[in-house]
Amino acid sequence: MTKTDLMEFSNYQLEGVYDEMFESGGDVRNHYGSFHKKILDIPKKRLSQLQYSTDKTQLSMGMTFNVYHATEGIERILHLDIIPRIINGKEWAVVDKGLQQRIHALNLFLQDIYNDRKILKDGVVPEELILSSKDYLEACVGLTPPKGIWCHITGTDLVRNNDGKFYVLEDNLRCPSGVSYMLENREIVKRVFPDLFHNLGVRPVADYPLKLLKMLQHLSGKDRPVVGVMTPGVYNSAYFEHSYLAQQMGIELVTGQDMVVRENKVYMQTTRGLSQVDVLYRRIDDTFLDPLHFNKDSMLGTPGLFDAYKAGNLGLANAPGTGVADDKAVYAYVPRIIKYYLDEDPIIENVPTYLCREEDDRKYVLENIADLVVKETNAAGGYGMLIGPKATREEHDKFRELIKNNPKNYIAQPTLSLSTVPTVVDKAIEGRHVDLRPYVLYGENIEVIPGALTRVALVRGSLVVNSSQGGGSKDTWVLYED
Amino acid sequence: MLSRVANSLYWLGRYVERAENYARFIEVNFNLSLDLPPGMDEQWKPLITATGDYEDYEARYDSYSRKSAIYFLAFDEENTNSIFTSVSKARENARIVRENLTKETWEKLNEVYLTMKEGIQQEVWKNENPAEFIRNIKYAIQLLYGIADNSVARTEGWYWVNLGQFLERADKTSRVLDVKYHYILPSPADVGSPLDDLHWVALLKSVSGFNTYRRSYGNISPSGLVDFLVLDTRFPRSIYFCLTEAENCLHKISGNSEKGFSNKAEKVMGELRSQLEYDDISDVVQHGLHEYLDNLQIKLNHISDEIFDCFFRFKNNLVADKILQE
Repeated sequence: MTKTDLMEFSNYQLEGVYDEMFESGGDVRNHYGSFHKKILDIPKKRLSQLQYSTDKTQLSMGMTFNVYHATEGIERILHLDIIPRIINGKEWAVVDKGLQQRIHALNLFLQDIYNDRKILKDGVVPEELILSSKDYLEACVGLTPPKGIWCHITGTDLVRNNDGKFYVLEDNLRCPSGVSYMLENREIVKRVFPDLFHNLGVRPVADYPLKLLKMLQHLSGKDRPVVGVMTPGVYNSAYFEHSYLAQQMGIELVTGQDMVVRENKVYMQTTRGLSQVDVLYRRIDDTFLDPLHFNKDSMLGTPGLFDAYKAGNLGLANAPGTGVADDKAVYAYVPRIIKYYLDEDPIIENVPTYLCREEDDRKYVLENIADLVVKETNAAGGYGMLIGPKATREEHDKFRELIKNNPKNYIAQPTLSLSTVPTVVDKAIEGRHVDLRPYVLYGENIEVIPGALTRVALVRGSLVVNSSQGGGSKDTWVLYED
Repeated sequence: MLSRVANSLYWLGRYVERAENYARFIEVNFNLSLDLPPGMDEQWKPLITATGDYEDYEARYDSYSRKSAIYFLAFDEENTNSIFTSVSKARENARIVRENLTKETWEKLNEVYLTMKEGIQQEVWKNENPAEFIRNIKYAIQLLYGIADNSVARTEGWYWVNLGQFLERADKTSRVLDVKYHYILPSPADVGSPLDDLHWVALLKSVSGFNTYRRSYGNISPSGLVDFLVLDTRFPRSIYFCLTEAENCLHKISGNSEKGFSNKAEKVMGELRSQLEYDDISDVVQHGLHEYLDNLQIKLNHISDEIFDCFFRFKNNLVADKILQE
């Protein structure tokens, strides 16, 4: 075998980015050492074979998501790149502590704004910002959810900047998706690099469904509560994940139409009649939960569901109303929220954020739009977004107008340079930008799962990692060792 | 079990069985065509007539060529009963209730679907020997049965899939017999001729029943065949056998002892099963085979409707309240 048949990194670009495998001088970072050695020994051809069979495996497992408005049929797989993103124990400890802190504070914040509103009265967060948010739910005022927990499941988006530090990009307190990919990616990549797995000491994630179920059961006072996953249905983009989680937990997957509410209790329709449901992990937006209280046209919800929740006969994860705390404008206040409730500085920082609602910030944004990322406060999935440096002058002008017409609807952030990880591209390995979505469960205590979904922008130079826009994923190995 | 889930499992069973039976139909008709005397055209029309989709075919195709017929029966997305449509619907139902299936069941079914899609891309019906592809689809589906048989727990879900499967099989066996009614012999004098026998043998082979029939009944005779395929108590594709199994599934689902009935679905099922139990070949002949089978198919549909009513129909508030009070 000649040298050119083997993988090599001689053309690997490190300029201007933080690479997860290589230091800026080209040396391999310690925790990637054995992986790097391994991959140098794999013939190029073998590597593309491994990648090919991974694609096939995903397809036959039906690990698909549905794409809205796609022209090439609605089911697609989320491309899984076989080269893992590895994080050492020391760095993970910071992520772990930082996320616990953040979720703790956000949960206190939610309890406060729907009850005493101290933080609003003290002027730390503008009252008007909260009360006018479209995710603020009037119906939740005065309500304390079971055990006082609002955000049971969080999938916080982190990015690593040029300076090598992690920053929080989004909090995702509503129905964060992607955890099934964290689990299935691990199963597939384990088969690709079985030997490494053992030698490196990768922390397991396979017990996530057990932890999730335990957390959900914790929400009910009963000994053996009946728990279900509530899905909008088979046409939802994340349906695979809903059924996957129900299957892994061994519980029913229910739709709104499978249930009825009687005397503030929720029942599902079975072949033997009605059977009570105690806790729902609902993967359906707040306003679709119950047509009697929210969106009247919702065909996805169950009439009376919210009443059952209010009466304490039903646990809901996440609690309705959490969305208000992951509004992109509220995001800018999270460091102050942490300080207010915990009297601590944030362990993981925010990306600096300009609120177009504030005059000075707006002026700055309008003048510097070419250098900034502009986001709609209520959009998700990379839609309604402008990446200044990559956009045309016309697009800049268009967004200036949009901002002037509706400043409250926009925030802006400096363009971060997301870190890169080596990624299989055709028959070579090139750096591609990634983010990091760890999952946090809040039950008896707050637990950060030692793993994550790493999303990767497969297009060279692209910073958009969303699956709906050409993103793929990687398995994320969190090591025991530093 | 959720009514919606039970409904999907039932249809999963039906669609998978339908796809497999269509594969059998095509394979056998194709083989039959190879045995025809020179100068005699292949007969695809009888098969299409017996499937019940004759009108759809007539409206969209202008000849009964082998290619068109195979395309229609196997790959045509517009044919609501083609193999591809059935496999797609089976998969869609499986996707809906995936959390109730074993990983292997889902993955194998998904593979059948992907193979069918490949077949469409490769335009398999234009091949010289499309039967090869169709046979592999049949085996892939049978693999699915095998995996399920020794890995799926005999809980309610299992019985729903099986109920769907056996009802579908009963219907399809009645239709395969009906194909014979539509086959055209060159002249009335050809009844009982080698060509006539060839037809009967083909039917037997399509239900994998040739050897069994030979051993138990010996000579090929219309009445022997009808007896075998309609009333036989031991052959797993005979209509009587299918109904007995389906009835058993229904009893398991309702949790009843195996006698009598506890709901309307069980009642109509039991009635049809016992009718067949007491019918003999002369009853069938007296009726006329085609009419007898037609009647059977109507009753099978009626059973399916009653099952829907008893178990799947969205219970209105009154019913729900009543159940709660009990």
